[in-house]
Amino acid sequence: MLKFLSVRLTTSLVALLGVMVMVFFLARLTGSPAALYLPVDATDAMVEAFNRQNGLDQPLLVQFTNFVSNALRFDFGQSIAQQRPASVAALSAMPQTILLAAISMGLTLLLAIPLGTFAALRPNSAIDRAITTFSLFVASIPDFWFALVCVLVFSVNLGWLPTSGQGSLLSWILPVATVMLHPVGVITQVVRGAMLETLNAGYVQNARARGYSWKRLAFRHALRNAALPIITIAGDRAGGMVNGAVIVSAVFAWPGIGQVLVDAVYNRDFAVIQAGVFVVGIAVILLNILVDLIYAVADPRIRIS
Amino acid sequence: MAISDLAVTRPARSSGRIGETLAQLSRSPLAFISAIVLVALVLVAVIGAPLLRDFANTQNLRLRFFPPFSLEHGWGYVLGADALGRSILAQLIVGARTSFLVAGATVAVASITGMTIGMVSGYFGGIVDAVLMRISDIIVTVPSLLLALAVLFVLEPSVVNLVLVLAIARLPVYLRVSRAQTLELRERVFVESSRALGTSDAAIIWRDIRPLVVPTVMTVAMLELASVMLAAAGLSFLGVGLQRPDVDWGTLVSEGREYLTRAWWATVFPGTAILITALSANLLSNWMRANADPLQAAAMEPTSSREEAARS
Repeated sequence: MLKFLSVRLTTSLVALLGVMVMVFFLARLTGSPAALYLPVDATDAMVEAFNRQNGLDQPLLVQFTNFVSNALRFDFGQSIAQQRPASVAALSAMPQTILLAAISMGLTLLLAIPLGTFAALRPNSAIDRAITTFSLFVASIPDFWFALVCVLVFSVNLGWLPTSGQGSLLSWILPVATVMLHPVGVITQVVRGAMLETLNAGYVQNARARGYSWKRLAFRHALRNAALPIITIAGDRAGGMVNGAVIVSAVFAWPGIGQVLVDAVYNRDFAVIQAGVFVVGIAVILLNILVDLIYAVADPRIRIS
Repeated sequence: MAISDLAVTRPARSSGRIGETLAQLSRSPLAFISAIVLVALVLVAVIGAPLLRDFANTQNLRLRFFPPFSLEHGWGYVLGADALGRSILAQLIVGARTSFLVAGATVAVASITGMTIGMVSGYFGGIVDAVLMRISDIIVTVPSLLLALAVLFVLEPSVVNLVLVLAIARLPVYLRVSRAQTLELRERVFVESSRALGTSDAAIIWRDIRPLVVPTVMTVAMLELASVMLAAAGLSFLGVGLQRPDVDWGTLVSEGREYLTRAWWATVFPGTAILITALSANLLSNWMRANADPLQAAAMEPTSSREEAARS
């Protein structure tokens, strides 16, 4: 158990280090922040002072070594735009995003598992065709456009929901729906495929022959055996919800890591970009480990070692 | 062993016979309609876009926010006009060309590169394989939108850069699929016998392994077409994809957004175009997958092949 976790952590951290190297150099390719933060007629001396203050006057390699050694202590430096530590800026946005992702994923599974199972119970029936077409339809809607149309219909025309920001419970509805959109379609498909395979297995057919009802079989026995691919895709999509968070921040001005990162990219706020990507990376790694642990719980044949 | 051999060779055989595939396609109405819609859209984009380029950019301030479904100013304005009085229909057609170009080029670049790397990596194994898989892990770890946002902010927004960024983000999908299949095929008897006969590694990959990996990759590519199109539109929507004079459907949605309450048609129609295209591609790829899977293919056409045999 411990050995498994440590191997898993090491390889993930190596991957994260690779990402950080990439982000560090990419961010510096976007040009100097001095041009953005100082007035157009800034003197050379002002630029120099700005660079020195933000540690941008040192050679790139020195900047990089400093960056790595500080990052290990979770110190990403000062945010240029926000005048507070970059790690604080990134971390303070995470609870919003994690909550949004957790609620969306929970509702997605509540919707996708029954839908996929009912489709698999009668392959190629009218129900199956309807559910399959629905799931493909949902996965084909551009999420940013869906968000805009929802704002137009529910906020502007009907006046039921707020257009943006984060106040009452009502303001959660549209962001959650937007983030759920594609996962619902994709996961329903996966549930259907996995259930179809399990329901064709000999032991299920045998139990069926002995008179167990399909519904009991499907939800009690088959679902448990079809769990692995479902868990895999759910974990994958949960990580991908950061993408959804970016869209949600662009349309609804929803506070969260998506908003922080988009602002940071536009403001050339290197420190916040690095801190943000690091925090997201750690979150994705933790998520992957969680998925591995759920595997072991769902399927007793898997021993974590 | 014999059964699993059959399962793998089946799609290879059917994709070789285009006539047979078309006949199967015509038996599934939804997939058939999707294929026709896709072909029609591509034709409109290829033929219509060059013809309508000038008209799409013609501004007519008297037709500012001209509402849709009215033939008062001819068919050109049947879907209304935008804030500068440009025809929405003409812009949709010009945008279609860019959207198809970006999605098609991305899928082509990503699938060919990913398949090649995946086959070589899976066939030889060892350190190169391990390093390549870790790189692919890295690409998967970074949320794709974030990667694209950062890279496109550095590079100038252009069709080529958009394709490159999207292709890199989608590469791991093809890499993993073709690597996994190569790992399995490598141990097969026919590969071993090729090796025993002294065939070179390159020839084994090209002649023995590639023909069996291609159908799988094609099915994945069809599925990816829709998601790449959605991703490209999303980037244009966020303002880092394409910018005027290059127009794609995502740019149109993003421009229309500013007048959402004043002229819904400028936002709704481009989004609907994306939706129809992505849905057609998804329906078609869903059919391809079911058709390639013996378990489901048997259920899809229970007696037809026997009937045909009896008739002929």
